[in-house]
Amino acid sequence: MNASHDYQRVYVWQLPVRLFHQINALCITVLCVTGWLISHPPGFLNAGEASSGYWFGTNRFIHFAAGYVLLANFLVRIYWSFVGNKYSNWRNFLPLTMAQIRQCRDVLLVDILQVRSKPVHALGHNAVAYFTYAGTGLLTVFQIVSGFALYAPTSRAWFPRLFTWVTPLFGSEQNLRLFHYDAMWLFILFVVVHVYLVVYHDYVEGHGVLSSIIGGWKFMEKRTVAAPDATGISGLPARKAPAVPGTKTHPTRP
Amino acid sequence: MRPRRYFTRARPQKMPLELETLPKEETIYDQIIARGVSRREFLSFCAWMGACIGVQASGIAQVIQALETKKRIPVIWLHFQECTCCSESFLRSSHPIVADILLDKISLDYTETLMAASGHQAEQSLQDTMAKYKGEYLLCIEGSVPLAEDGVYCCIGGKTAKGIAEEVAEHAKAIIAWGNCACSGCVQAAKPNPTQAMPIKKIIAGKPIINVQGCPPIAEVMAGVLVHLLTFDTIPELDNLGRPKAFYSRRVHDTCYRRPNYDAGLFVESFDDENARKGYCLYKVGCKGPTTYNSCGTIRWNGGVSFPIQSGHPCIGCSESNFWDNGPFYQRLPSFPGFGIEATADTVGVAALGVAAAGVAAHAVMTNVRKRHEIGEQPGENAEKADAADAASRGNNPNS
Ligand code: HEM
Ligand code: SF4
Ligand code: SF4
Repeated sequence: MNASHDYQRVYVWQLPVRLFHQINALCITVLCVTGWLISHPPGFLNAGEASSGYWFGTNRFIHFAAGYVLLANFLVRIYWSFVGNKYSNWRNFLPLTMAQIRQCRDVLLVDILQVRSKPVHALGHNAVAYFTYAGTGLLTVFQIVSGFALYAPTSRAWFPRLFTWVTPLFGSEQNLRLFHYDAMWLFILFVVVHVYLVVYHDYVEGHGVLSSIIGGWKFMEKRTVAAPDATGISGLPARKAPAVPGTKTHPTRP
Repeated sequence: MRPRRYFTRARPQKMPLELETLPKEETIYDQIIARGVSRREFLSFCAWMGACIGVQASGIAQVIQALETKKRIPVIWLHFQECTCCSESFLRSSHPIVADILLDKISLDYTETLMAASGHQAEQSLQDTMAKYKGEYLLCIEGSVPLAEDGVYCCIGGKTAKGIAEEVAEHAKAIIAWGNCACSGCVQAAKPNPTQAMPIKKIIAGKPIINVQGCPPIAEVMAGVLVHLLTFDTIPELDNLGRPKAFYSRRVHDTCYRRPNYDAGLFVESFDDENARKGYCLYKVGCKGPTTYNSCGTIRWNGGVSFPIQSGHPCIGCSESNFWDNGPFYQRLPSFPGFGIEATADTVGVAALGVAAAGVAAHAVMTNVRKRHEIGEQPGENAEKADAADAASRGNNPNS
């Protein structure tokens, strides 16, 4: 067997990134479920007196509490994109170089349309994935802003009150609720495609992508780790990669 | 006339009997008493209004004093694109002082609906009032202003609504926009708004405008706004949509007596079910109370007799902008814009989910077919093969 087929363990996702992912996934799930229930409460016929229950209030409480956790977690991730390793750096999420655009095209040909078989080298995410996550980030920001705007009238706390300017932009609270609701569907669609594609990559490429979000390690052939387009930010040629202060490569766990 | 022993304070100067000798510019109190209202009724009215506009108990003396000492304010009340339900609501207020005295008999200098004059005489009285009370009169507007086709859809005495509004507003002290029409266009401004109906705030700039929302507004709210203006000579505190906070700062939902059912998750499923009989929350049959700011839950309607939700009907959000466009009244969320009137977000969402699932399944099948050699192969092997193929094809065909 050729030496290039040897695996090498690469530490890609640092602990804060993994924690962010887990908390984020949990929050989105909880928010979708409780949000769905807010919108479509199940019907009980002849269920008794109001004094005997409070489940709808509790459901809404969980929604708002999870909303705060989602926000705090999101802010931690933004911070980490400035101090974390190069795979978590903010630059990956913006289309800054031609190399990223080229990689998008390659991913489309190789993984989506499958008309080409030479795999794309990317130790972090590939460029398409990074950009998709930038989109999900925007969606999260929208959901936080619209959520806190809806929350403001029912809250005396100062923080939600910062969002009172949002509702007039949408014409009415009713309209804002619709947008907040529709955004939930975008999250659901994202989850379906996201989970599928992770399984796909794990299955086809054998890099252990699926477990990398638990332990942080990917298994990469040495050839790929050594390839120039796999070491820089989202597959930029190493020489042209912009210097990222405070980041280090972690070929193996230090 | 009520016996004098109800009077809490001696008021020797002007008793109803001296009616004929009253000076021309009498105070509001004088006129109220002249109309045969007892002082007791007057005081209870003041206390009630004070409570409505949210002044402290000590502030009620201020209300009393204002009505006792202040001259009536001249009022011009214009009607444009509307159904007159605001006037109706106001006139049907349970308290006689509100409709009969405060506006109808005392203060109204011009209003198409109630004035005796008509035609040229009416127009003349409008001009006279404007000239006589320049800069002092209060302008009340009921109805929206159409802009399409140069405003021909609403003309009075040969002038367009826009022209009249601008002319009369110029020297008004303040403007009250009555009801949803004047505040946000109401049904005539609903999509596609064929006459381009506009609320007053889009027509007139540079004047204080108080939006008294509702379709119609509650009579006590209308009276309360007038009493506030009279008492304090200031514009009441307004929310970000220009509505007086005293009446529009709380959601119907927060003052709704069915709220405990909401929190307990007990909902009416259809209008004739057992839950409806038990008075559960109307959320699932389309109640817009959670997004509607109004005083229906506290002041209620028809002198506090009831309000829509108490009568078993969901709130339709009549004090909110564009409430006609916010979807069917008996559906919680609006329909999805741009997908036909019947498509709710869920229909679109489920369709998109179906497409995504089908796409994912098709892709999974394709992967197993097209990448069957790669799967299970040593990582990197495929890249090598591809490189080799690349090199080979470059060798064969230098142009590729
Ligand atoms: C992944 C993120 C989120 C999802 C999927 C989501 C989903 C939903 C859904 C489906 C509804 C029901 C809308 C309706 O039918 O009217 C809702 C309501 C609401 N959400 Fe969210 N939401 C998210 C984040 C947030 C955040 C961050 C907040 C901020 C605190 C928030 C606050 C609210 C509020 C205040 C309501 C209205 C609840 C009520 O009036 O009872 N949401 N959400
Ligand atoms: S009936 Fe309407 S306003 Fe009352 S609690 Fe239910 S949703 Fe809220
Ligand atoms: S309950 Fe709602 S729809 Fe009915 S009058 Fe009040 S604000 Fe308008």
